[in-house]
Amino acid sequence: MSVFGKDKAALRKFAASVPVPEFGESSFNKPKQLNLAKVAIVTTAALYREGGHGFEVGDNDYHYETLPRYARDLTIGHHSVNFDRGGFAADINVVYPIDRLQELAESDIIGEVAENHYAFAGNQSPTVSEIRLDTGPLCAKEMLEESVDVVLLTGT
Amino acid sequence: MREVSERMGVPRTLYTDFPVGRSLGKPRDKQFQYEVLQAAFDLLEEPEGPIIRDFPVSISSTGSEPLVCPLPPRINTELHPAVDEAKGLKAAYDRAYKKNKRTSVGMKINAEQIPEALERFVRIVEGEHWDKVGFPTRSMYGTVHDIRTYYEELACELAEGPIGPWATEEWFYDGTEAGQIILKARRTMRDNKADRSIWFGLAPAGRE
Repeated sequence: MSVFGKDKAALRKFAASVPVPEFGESSFNKPKQLNLAKVAIVTTAALYREGGHGFEVGDNDYHYETLPRYARDLTIGHHSVNFDRGGFAADINVVYPIDRLQELAESDIIGEVAENHYAFAGNQSPTVSEIRLDTGPLCAKEMLEESVDVVLLTGT
Repeated sequence: MREVSERMGVPRTLYTDFPVGRSLGKPRDKQFQYEVLQAAFDLLEEPEGPIIRDFPVSISSTGSEPLVCPLPPRINTELHPAVDEAKGLKAAYDRAYKKNKRTSVGMKINAEQIPEALERFVRIVEGEHWDKVGFPTRSMYGTVHDIRTYYEELACELAEGPIGPWATEEWFYDGTEAGQIILKARRTMRDNKADRSIWFGLAPAGRE
């Protein structure tokens, strides 16, 4: 029997079976030119700052954590035993490319790095209702208030 | 996951065929990470969507180079090898923590408590009942999370070369005394009809 997290065919089968909301139409905007844009990261790696409350085991923790741009004291709250945390242990940028964004800003490839970035847990209820109706809009509002132009979503 | 993006109509998706937990593909490889980011940002130029584009490089979850990570020699032969090993590796863990200023150990126990927790697994293997060795109720899963994380974080400090997909997990369960004693305790509990919820999650599904 293969180890679940390493078996791409099993993961694809699982992904195809995950219930997700399906929308009639997609929001599609033309953003500001990249070298003028403020970029924020939203990750589903359940990151939080060391000493913080963190994320609960199970699929009913839909809160998000706010990660200041300068924070590197980050813990990964993705607790599943079937998840490879070795990449994050070696380099946070493999799920949360904050240093790369900073370097791209210094090279004028992006306009600037947002002051705040956001982390959710990837394991959610089947309807994702809590994020759609509550924490998702709240997080978006925070980014709009900071005048974020582009959001980089990194799924884990 | 491509299927999820397709069904949800995500406006712009860069599909990366990378192992889970590696959104940017390769840890400690700035150039590769830049290429992934550039490919994602290129989608902003698209006039219409939803659009899904494939990143041209795939990374397999299996077959990466095994982790080359030295383990300490026995220090105190009166201790079980797993306990001795965990104590011997503490300096490497501390070094990693000092350098990176972060740790994901702490779900149930801290780094100082790792040897004591391993001693409890030794006692299970030696025949004591799992309810009597001192684990608080429902704490075993989180304790193993912390032991494995302790080892994975110090391995990234000690290892030579790249950290391939699942390399630290394989090194931990296959190559260390701590991983071996946890697998033995897991089998012991399974064979003695412990509730599956206690032992199953102590190693990835599919491990014996």
